[in-house]
Amino acid sequence: MRGIITVVGKDMVGILAKVSGVCSENNVNVIEVSQSILQDMFCMIMLVDLEKCTVSFTDFSDKISAIGNEMALSIHVMHEDIFNSMHRI
Amino acid sequence: MINTHDILETINMIQDENLDIRTITMGISLLDCCSDDINASCDKIYEKITRKAENLIRVGEDIEKEYGIPIINKRISVTPIAMLCASSKGDPILYAKTLERVAGTVGVNFIGGYSALVQKGFAAGDEALIRSIPEALSVTEHICSSVNIGSTKAGINMDAVKLMGQIVKESAEVTADKGCIGPAKLVVFCNAPEDNPFMAGAFHGAGEPDCVINVGVSGPGVVRSAISKIPDADITEVADMVKRTAFKITRMGQLVAKEASKRLNVPFGIVDLSLAPTPAIGDSVAHILEEMGLEQCGAHGTTACLALLNDAVKKGGVMASSHVGGLSGAFIPVSEDAGMIDAATNGTLTVEKLEAMTAVCSVGLDMIIVPGDTSAEVISGIIADEAAIGMVNSKTTAVRLIPAIGKNVGDTLNFGGLLGYGPVMRLNSASPAKFINRGGRIPAPLQSLKN
Repeated sequence: MRGIITVVGKDMVGILAKVSGVCSENNVNVIEVSQSILQDMFCMIMLVDLEKCTVSFTDFSDKISAIGNEMALSIHVMHEDIFNSMHRI
Repeated sequence: MINTHDILETINMIQDENLDIRTITMGISLLDCCSDDINASCDKIYEKITRKAENLIRVGEDIEKEYGIPIINKRISVTPIAMLCASSKGDPILYAKTLERVAGTVGVNFIGGYSALVQKGFAAGDEALIRSIPEALSVTEHICSSVNIGSTKAGINMDAVKLMGQIVKESAEVTADKGCIGPAKLVVFCNAPEDNPFMAGAFHGAGEPDCVINVGVSGPGVVRSAISKIPDADITEVADMVKRTAFKITRMGQLVAKEASKRLNVPFGIVDLSLAPTPAIGDSVAHILEEMGLEQCGAHGTTACLALLNDAVKKGGVMASSHVGGLSGAFIPVSEDAGMIDAATNGTLTVEKLEAMTAVCSVGLDMIIVPGDTSAEVISGIIADEAAIGMVNSKTTAVRLIPAIGKNVGDTLNFGGLLGYGPVMRLNSASPAKFINRGGRIPAPLQSLKN
């Protein structure tokens, strides 16, 4: 399965490094990254491949959320299908 | 890759606009649990439901985490218990207690189906079950009850209407020490759907498969927010905006329903595309109507706005799901909707206006708190009026009134949680007693003769 990680919050040093660090620790491949500043807010979206992830999806999701708490950012990882079903016919 | 705007829109809907799956409801047929001994029947029920719904909560939580969508309730609906009473005889309360035990074991927050379908008359078991409803609702916490007293095809059973007025009142009296919670778990229907996943009116109809997954979506906050982005648009554009939003919400419901059905190995039944409010700020159907341009819900124009909303929700949702069913539309439960609570408190929203609104919404007079000294005949009169609207318009209507024992107009009753709180509303207390006491059956209307 593929997932989408979204990061929204105040820009600071090391966001990309931290998130991609957790991905690599758990053997999650980053397929695509897009990053922009929206109304002063840092906004990053990563498409990741979770097929070979070494932990369960829920554990991975918890680890990603932990970074969010640590850096005061809003970080989510969600199944790609939710976006596909909502925005594509 | 999906574009950034779409991704952020979805995240925003969930984080800030209270988008959620309101309920995954597993419908389970109990017809094969019938026995001529009520104890044997109860044992079979316990065994079957705990087996079928063993993984319901876990699967719900897994999907919630994986897709990042809150799934608020996991529930069960069962075959109307009156059908089991017909063959087992005995005290129906035993069934209520068994279901309560099941709810504890499985971990669901409601089981619906302590029900009887009596639109044309009472069959064996029906009357005993109906008379046991007040006690059943008072000795259990997780059981919901419903009674269908009319339909477009059958007309309205006025004997049942009379009885239900008494039952609603009695349910409030026996739970007076628990905030009159009894009648909040009791719905009186006309044209009850057999696949409705929403409580308190859910039951598993006799025509349904052995076990089925039905999903109820929600999202009034998302619709309100979408309309707020087009403050100067004409009403056609507003309708289009509601349709587009309802489409997205329903697609999410369809995805969750499919996934739950696959993981539980149970067939997918329907998605119910309802806008179901909660007392939380930003989760109100009344606020959608106000966003369309009403000073407050209940103002003249409310019925028209609600009609547009109800229709646009269906039009948007119907293409997004392979099977749409249940109640599908906009709910208007007063105590569960922050905007309605405000409008009822300051008198803009009256019971008479609500009755007019039920002609165009998806259900009926819902979660309305009335004075505790309201007579059973007045409650029956309200039930008869509401059933007549449903019968003639070939739509589902329902009555869920809560007589607030010991309270009067101006007081407030608080249930807590999703059931919310609200003011005691003024009722017209002129007596319909003579009409109600006539009994008999209102004949089915001409529109029932479609063959």
